[in-house]
Order: sequence, then structure tokens, then C-alpha cells
Amino acid sequence: MRGWYAVFQKELLNFFASPIAYAVIGSFLLIAGFFFWANVTFMSLISLQASNAPMLMQRINLTDVVVRPLIQNMSVILLFVIPLLTMRLFAEEKKVGTIELLLTYPVTDSGVIMGKFSAATLLLLIMLLGTGPFLILLTGLGIPDPGPIIGGYLGLFLMGAAFISLGMFFSSLTENQIVAAAFSFGAALLFWVLNWTGTFASETLAAILRQLSILEHLETFNKGILSLSDITFFLLFIAFFLFLTSRSLETNRWRG
Amino acid sequence: MIEVEGLTKYYGRLAAVKDVNFRVESGDIVGFLGPNGAGKTTTMRILTCYSPASSGEARILDMDVRTHSMEIRSKIGYVPENVPQYMWMRVRGYLEFVARAKGIPGARRASEIDRVARSTGIDKVMGRLIQALSKGYRQRVGLAQALIGDPPILILDEPTIGLDPKQIREIRELIKGFARDRTVILSTHILPEVSQICDRVIIINKGTIVAEDSPSNLTKSHRKSSRSRIVARGPVDEVRSALAGVRGVLSVEPRGEPGDDKVTFVVDADTNIDVRSDLSRTVVGKGWDLLELAPVDVSLEDVFIDLVTEEADEVPVMDHEGGKEAAL
Repeated sequence: MRGWYAVFQKELLNFFASPIAYAVIGSFLLIAGFFFWANVTFMSLISLQASNAPMLMQRINLTDVVVRPLIQNMSVILLFVIPLLTMRLFAEEKKVGTIELLLTYPVTDSGVIMGKFSAATLLLLIMLLGTGPFLILLTGLGIPDPGPIIGGYLGLFLMGAAFISLGMFFSSLTENQIVAAAFSFGAALLFWVLNWTGTFASETLAAILRQLSILEHLETFNKGILSLSDITFFLLFIAFFLFLTSRSLETNRWRG
Repeated sequence: MIEVEGLTKYYGRLAAVKDVNFRVESGDIVGFLGPNGAGKTTTMRILTCYSPASSGEARILDMDVRTHSMEIRSKIGYVPENVPQYMWMRVRGYLEFVARAKGIPGARRASEIDRVARSTGIDKVMGRLIQALSKGYRQRVGLAQALIGDPPILILDEPTIGLDPKQIREIRELIKGFARDRTVILSTHILPEVSQICDRVIIINKGTIVAEDSPSNLTKSHRKSSRSRIVARGPVDEVRSALAGVRGVLSVEPRGEPGDDKVTFVVDADTNIDVRSDLSRTVVGKGWDLLELAPVDVSLEDVFIDLVTEEADEVPVMDHEGGKEAAL
């Protein structure tokens, strides 16, 4: 991983020296903020309606009405915005030709990949931390259950990192950033909805596809359960696409 | 020291470089010449450990590029063609990134950056965005990044391409300055540049090396005849036939438009005979005025065109013969 820190710093600088980081983080927080406002408004509305029915009132809580839907909505927003973060990581360097210089510095391929991956992941973390004030505001209404919040955010982070590794791989395949973004979004969406095939695929195939589906593994996090198999799924997903990116760089060298 | 043996690189079925052999001694400045697509950039990419060869060996400072990639990369300063750079970076930020990537320790980084900035003359533009710099300054920044870490070997791919004559001269002077205590390989299309900077020339065409020597030896060895330029005042046809009659003269070709009775000829003669005195005697003896008589040197450009054209000429002959064999 020699040289990863140099690449990490450069990528981070690139995100913030250009409008990319501000545009992506800003859009994410704006849409997440909208959903938060909508969820809280909905909760106050149904609380008002249920104020005369104590049985119903017991079933209305912050976690189910605000936190879980918010985390689910944020996961969908990430599906859209992460390809915008990853599309330029390699495609731009290939188009401009800086990849040739970068790969002739005493920096290993894994250093380059991890530098770029960690910079994009830090941006993801900043994005998620940016929603922290929503949760602080929520304490004004009551104390939400910490389990689904911690689990949900960990799930969002792992899912986001998985999308970053996927996006980086597609960015390494092309010089065109739009093509990289389109493929990243398409592939991420496919992994998202794989478990929908359960209704019509054969039992074995449906079981396999369910295991590969991101949504399937995200569900347990949203319930506040930290399952080793789900964490392992995301870590393996990340490692697999980082490995494919390194193979893609190697292929580029042979073609270079 | 750089040693290349049997280097071959295929892109699919196309051999970009085919069985290339050469050696560059420490401290040499070698010019790498060849037409577009000859294999110069491919060879340089193999030497800089960017792209692996299909077969053959390349050793730099006695280390194989395949097995000692990291060590070699830290000993090489590379300026690729068109000097790709991060346009959104400021010059100092860019050089800091390069210094960090090259593993220069934090304590030495600032002084190293200042050193290369001074030596390439970019110390006044360190705070500017690279995209705001002129092409000449970008080229200097490209050289500066290559010089970070004080590498003993510099590999420069077309370092003066796209620059104006003043910038070309400035960059050439910079390269000459850096080359004093380094081994340099530079590819270029500007042939006088090679004569001015390089100790040796390697001419590559269609992936194979067609000549390798010092610029002066190359021009000497390719001098098939001694050439003189003669300007006289007299009737064109008569002067021409008189010159053609001089012993040792192989050909007399008129040059330019005749005017005021002035005629100009380029005379090719046998290299073993100095025909200049006979030429002057002939012109003066006939009562014409001899206005100018000067030897014309074979330029590196002539050698280059000669070698590249020879190769091109040979191919159709082989194809033709091959075609005949096939027809038989």
C-alpha cells in the first residue's frame, strides 16, 4: 500500500478544490433533510390523530415512524449520489493521462486504489455525519431507540463503501466519466433489487440472488441487529470490487 | 546504466517494439528518434515500469524492470508526452503530492520542492493553478516533478513538443543543465535538438532500431558523396555541363530561380576526391564569375529521412518478392 496517503490527500483535495464534494454533500443533505422534515411532520400528524386512542398511541414511536424510514430513504439517495463521487476517480486520470505518471511513481497499485477508496469513503462519512443534527433535533421529541440508529448508520456506511468500490471498478474501465457513472448506477441498482426475483425465480436461484442482494443485508442493520454474516457480506463485496479494480489497472498497464 | 536486450512488446498481434537492443552508459544523453508510431513511447513506458514488455529484458542500474519496479521507479524522473498534469492543483500543492508519492521525508520535502522550483525557474509561479500557466511553464513544472528526489536517470518523451521557439530554447537549456550529472533518454522530433544536446542517437523505425551512434558519426557514415554549393554568373546550361565534366563529379543539380545571370548548383562528388579546386578553376577558366563555393554538410535530418525511407523502400520490395513467391 506504498504511497496511499499521498493519493488519499490528493483525492481529498480534488473533491474539495472542485465543486464535486459541495454539490454531492449538499444535494444529499437537502434531500435527506426533506425526508426528515416529511417524516417528523407525518409523525406529528398521526400522533395528533391517535391522541384519543391510547392503544394506537403506544404503537407510534420515533424509531418506526421517523428513524427507520429516514435511513431507508438515505440508502436510496446514496444509490444515486455515490456514482457521482466515484465516476471521475480513474476515468479522469485515464483521459488526461495523469494515470501514466501516477503509476510510474514509487506507489503500488494497491496504494493508488486504497488512497482513492479511502478519500471517497471519508466523503461518505462526512455526508452521513452531516445528518447528525437531524438526530439531535429528534431528541426534542423524545429519545429514539439507539439500536436501529447505530445499526442503520453502520449499514448505510458499509453499503456506501460497497458502492464506492463498485463505482471505482467501473471508473477504472473507461475514460468516460458519464459511462462510468451509468454503469456504476446500473450495477448498484441491480445488486439492490436482486432479492425481488424471489417471487418468480426457482428456490435455489432465489436463495442465491437473495444472498447477493444489498437490500436483503441492509434490512437487518435497520432493525438494529448487527449480524456477522451481513457485515462479512459488505466487506467481501468491497474486497471483491477493489480486487477487480486492481486487475483492471494491471490490464491497463499491459495495454499501455 | 540502462541495458535493453531483445525487448519486444505486442499490442494484440501488432508488434510495437520488436527485438530492441541498446545500452546507455551512466552520464550519457541519448536521443531517441523515430517517426510517429515507431515505438519510442512504448520503449519509454517499459523503461519507466508503466507497461510490461511481452518478452526481452530491460535493466536499469543493474535492476530488472519487472522484478525491481519500485526501486527503479524511485531512481527515474519521467516526463511523458504532452506532460499530463492535475490542472486543478496549484504548483506547490502538485509538487508536494509528487514529493510525498516519491517518499521524500516530511522534513526534507519543502527544501526539495524549493530546490527543483529554483532549478526549473518556476519559483515565481508556485502559488498559481497549473491550468493558468503557459505551456512553457507547464513543461517546466513537468520537468520539476521529474527532478524531485534527484533521480539519476531522466526519461523525457518529446519534452519540447508544442512549444514556441523561445520556450524550446529555454527548455533545451534546462535539460542540458540537468543532464550534466545524469543519464538522460529523450525522444524528440526536432533533429537539431539532438545534435545540440545528445551524445548519442538511437533511431527507431517500425519497432526496430535502425541506427545507433553519435550524431557526428551518423552523419559521417551516411555521407555517400561530398556535396558542394556553387554560385556563378554565366549561362546556365554551359555552366552545368562544364561542372559535370570535372573529374569526380557525380551529379550537378540546379537550385532556385536563376536571376541576374546568377546560377546556383549543388554538386555531388566522389567522397575520395576534393573537387572544389577543380570546380573553381573550371568556372574562372571559362571567364565566368565565381560568386560562392561552399561545402554542404549532411544533416542529421538527411540521415533520419534516409534511414526511415530506406526501411520504407525495403518493405514493398520484400512484399513484392513475397508476392511473386506466393504467385509461383
